[in-house]
Amino acid sequence: MSLAWILLLPLTGGLAAWIAGRWSDLWPRWISLGTALLHLLLLVVTWGVFFAGIETAQGAWLMVYKQPWIPQLGISFHLAVDGLSLLLLLLASFLTVLAVLTSWRSVTRSVGFFHFNLLLILTALSGVFIAFDLFLFFAFWEISLLPLYFLIGIWGYENRVYATTKFFIITQGSGLLMLLAILGLVVVHWQATGVMTFDYLELLGTPMSESTAFWLMLGFFIAFAVKLPVVPLHTWLPDAHTQAPTAGSVALAGLVLKIGAYGMLRFVVPIFPQAAADFTLIAMILAVVGILYGALLALGQTDLKRMVAYTSISHMGFVLLGIFAWNELALQGAVIIMLSHGFSAAALFMMVGDLQHRTHTRDLGSFGGLWAMMPRMGGMGLFFAMASLGLPGLASFIGEFLVLMGAFQVNVPLTVLASVGLVAATVYSLWMMQKVYYGARTGDWKLDDTSGRETAIMASLIGATLGLGLYPQPVLTTSGNALAQMREFVDKARTPTARSAAAEARKEDAVASTTPDGGKRP
Amino acid sequence: MLELLWLIPAFPLLGFLVLMLAGSRLSRTEVAWVGAGSVGLSAVVTLVVGLTFMAAPPAGARFTQTLWVWLDVAGFRPAFAFYLDALSLTMIFVVTFVGFLIHLYSVEYMMEEEEGYSRFFAYMNLFVCAMLTLLLADNLMLLLLGWEGVGLCSYLLIGFFYKEEANGQAASKAFIVTRVGDTAMLMALFLLFAELGTLDIQELLQRAGQQFQPGSGLATAVALLLLGGAVGKSAQLPLQTWLPDAMAGPTPVSALIHAATMVTAGVYLIARTHVLFTLAPAVLTLVAVIGTLTLLMAGFAALVQYDIKRVLAYSTISQIGYMFLALGVGAWSAALFHFMIHAFFKALLFLGAGAVIMCLHHEQDMYRMGGLRRLMPFTFWCFLIGSGALAAIPVVTAGFYSKDLIIWNAYNSEIGGVWLWAGAFAGAFLTSIYTFRMVFLTFYRDATEWVKKLMPIQQPGPCVHIPLGVLAVLSVAAGVIELPHTMGKLTLFSGFLNTALPAYHGVHASFGTELLFELLAAAASLGGIYLVWVLVMGPPGLMQRIAALPWASDLERLWLSGWGFDRLYDTLFVQPYLWCARVNKDDFIDGGYRAVAFVTEMLHFVATLTQTGAVRWYATGIAVGAVLTVGLVILL
Repeated sequence: MSLAWILLLPLTGGLAAWIAGRWSDLWPRWISLGTALLHLLLLVVTWGVFFAGIETAQGAWLMVYKQPWIPQLGISFHLAVDGLSLLLLLLASFLTVLAVLTSWRSVTRSVGFFHFNLLLILTALSGVFIAFDLFLFFAFWEISLLPLYFLIGIWGYENRVYATTKFFIITQGSGLLMLLAILGLVVVHWQATGVMTFDYLELLGTPMSESTAFWLMLGFFIAFAVKLPVVPLHTWLPDAHTQAPTAGSVALAGLVLKIGAYGMLRFVVPIFPQAAADFTLIAMILAVVGILYGALLALGQTDLKRMVAYTSISHMGFVLLGIFAWNELALQGAVIIMLSHGFSAAALFMMVGDLQHRTHTRDLGSFGGLWAMMPRMGGMGLFFAMASLGLPGLASFIGEFLVLMGAFQVNVPLTVLASVGLVAATVYSLWMMQKVYYGARTGDWKLDDTSGRETAIMASLIGATLGLGLYPQPVLTTSGNALAQMREFVDKARTPTARSAAAEARKEDAVASTTPDGGKRP
Repeated sequence: MLELLWLIPAFPLLGFLVLMLAGSRLSRTEVAWVGAGSVGLSAVVTLVVGLTFMAAPPAGARFTQTLWVWLDVAGFRPAFAFYLDALSLTMIFVVTFVGFLIHLYSVEYMMEEEEGYSRFFAYMNLFVCAMLTLLLADNLMLLLLGWEGVGLCSYLLIGFFYKEEANGQAASKAFIVTRVGDTAMLMALFLLFAELGTLDIQELLQRAGQQFQPGSGLATAVALLLLGGAVGKSAQLPLQTWLPDAMAGPTPVSALIHAATMVTAGVYLIARTHVLFTLAPAVLTLVAVIGTLTLLMAGFAALVQYDIKRVLAYSTISQIGYMFLALGVGAWSAALFHFMIHAFFKALLFLGAGAVIMCLHHEQDMYRMGGLRRLMPFTFWCFLIGSGALAAIPVVTAGFYSKDLIIWNAYNSEIGGVWLWAGAFAGAFLTSIYTFRMVFLTFYRDATEWVKKLMPIQQPGPCVHIPLGVLAVLSVAAGVIELPHTMGKLTLFSGFLNTALPAYHGVHASFGTELLFELLAAAASLGGIYLVWVLVMGPPGLMQRIAALPWASDLERLWLSGWGFDRLYDTLFVQPYLWCARVNKDDFIDGGYRAVAFVTEMLHFVATLTQTGAVRWYATGIAVGAVLTVGLVILL
């Protein structure tokens, strides 16, 4: 099966929505909804086909598509889907459907262009998840920035220009670092083997000296760390999330953060197995700092949306912890958190959006006692507050449990500290419930409870969270092969023989640097 | 019939789902039928399963039912599987039966609620489901699901009257404090899996027995971490502070969750993983010491409370302290026996207190009650029976048999000794004082002005009276299934439990010693009642004279606040954390980024100063630049 539809479908739909927006506000909505639903449906069918064993995968690869693009530089149009990519594609598609639905009434300006941007995000992120050529990957990575820049800048809230500029500069800067790291990697590979290529699979296992590997890995790590985000590179996030329109926040929290995690998982550790192993302690410390610091910041906020934004930092810390712990339990846990956080962050941001649409405020001090007027929305808020604090039976618990269990086998003190984050998460989640839904009524609003559309959105997210929490096995099986293949490769590179080969390379380097020409190579 | 096991938690779950999804469309009667009926069905199934289990015990006196495999990663394979043995059967019997009675009671008690009626029963049903899952879980991950599930329901029900800010705070406090303990328990799970490679409880206990050295650091660490979870849930030192505040919830909630069932989950956890604790004797001793200290601490605190529910809350902490003491000295079945009897009489006391509170229009201050003996005779007699059981009045109450067993074992066990016994003995004395202080203040004396204003008092209906009556009968009669040596030695209960828990081995002191200790315990109980009778009902002015003593008011304040733990934790943890959150609201790290932006803007500003548009300035600039360049070229 050709893979191009994964990209072409949303792109075409987006263009169509943009054009249709010239005549009507309703058309773009329906076109986008239809496109996203079709995209989702096709992906679910694909998943079903492989899961039911109708079509068998070659190794971990479910589908591959490769065409030369710029052969002179070894750049190709290499797309591939494995279990990990498929899960993230499903998430992206699912959340796009919800993003379209949640904007149904709240977005009224330039509706066509808005939906074009939404679908362009889906296109770009799908590209990121399936590109196996680093040049192509970088291209999609950068493309994903533009629609977000527009979404925040045009449809955002009061402080949108500041937020979107900050977001753009910081992520663009980190993108530059990644580009340099990619070029460096390609050059190193070229020097070592004489082959110029940007292909992921060929670049895997590139021999390089320890210091080269460290610096290149750091370039990738920082680029992904900005997106994830890792403290102290996180400060773009609260502003961007808070100022973005609801659909933008859903895309940011639900998807954009995941490409950071995906990059760590797919590129940082497999391409630089040894450097990443040496970096494990620092990365895990950063993860724990993120978990605790994000939770602390969340508690300090007076803006509900900003608060939810900070909780993302805390949750993504668990993902980083799991990725660098690098064992089966922790990696599976990290993948589950990527999905579960996608659901719960999206739900919470949509809840804030629904509240703001009704009350025109996000100030925690103005809410209070809303349960009396809107028990349905309160119940949903409660559900996702529980998801946020990792209640067993819900998806995030599975993820956090597996990550912590895996990390425990790598580093006990850091795991203990990370678990303190669960208590901190309890504190901010309950505080949010108390401030918004419980207590005495402060505002004199007359608010309607959730509409049918809002209820349907939330119900789908609740279903996904419960399903993943009570029976995660299909998801675990899907990502299992992909993760196993990565682990196998990395573990092999980390064996003593591989280490001594690396030491050889290091020695050569040392010899080279003592030669008169300063170690310059052709 | 054992295959019906899964239905026991399934009925309440179904009830919860129906009430949550359709609760607003159901009439009050329908809600009551669904809410109480689901737990009733669950109780019936428990009876059927229990009778089958006892009549024809399955192989090894255990039965496992696997519903589905939860997940399967890297050899970690927990399942939704239920495990039935004598221990879990005893527990689920109490939970479903007492639970049903309390649901029945709530049908009438919660009548005043409008919107909240179905919400209340939904939460209660979810609680019963979670509690049963906790008890039946065959692996620790599923147990954790139930464990956190009951915590959630406890939170929801404490904060049930959500419009009061204070209730929400009490609810959050309960959740957060227990979660501290839960985190320790989570660490125990990780450690167990890392060392033994499974979380399946029976498998794990077996492997631990083979691989852990008794008294080794590893076994001690595991037991300590599990104990952390247990003290959180069971409100023992040092995590007991949440329970008195939890009384903010409706009274049936206090009866079900904060007296009869959830708070004893810690006792269950320790009994369930008893092998791990036996392998760590130091921790087992710690359990006994914690229990003793807690029972004394809470006993003193209960002496001075004026809110009837807070007396009962401290009393619950204290009685669970007895159970911990029993566990600590290795008297496993004695702990479970006291758990069961305590569930009966404490539920009875809470429900009785609830009836009083309901009839006095939500008055909880005992000093504003009085003389209710004649006004609410049925409630009075039931409450008196419950109080008698709590104070362990000899021979006629069940509480005597269960508590006396623990006090005796505290002395007679190999681990026990005079100090533990002395603590338990003093605790028994305190118990009968605070219990009958409550009885005399509430039901004796003359009716206060407040009560007179409410006359005639409207009597509760049958939904309230039936549970009270049944529990009163159980509080008297249930004791006879376990009688001490001195009274004929009947061991129905411990005999049954010993199929799941190790038998107790005492030092076997002589018959005479045991009789002497029993007489002492009886004297403590009756002496306490006499003392408080003199103090409350005796010549007026006696209490005032005591209160006028120089240290009395300080001591009263200390006990009233539960020994000041709240203030300590507030100063040590809560305020510093909130302070950090508040001070760092704007994230000092972002300050760095803002500084970069600021410096850039300043440079921009400085640079724009040169753009004056005045040709003279530009000419000067060119001239100076030219001179400098030429100068540099010449000099270098």
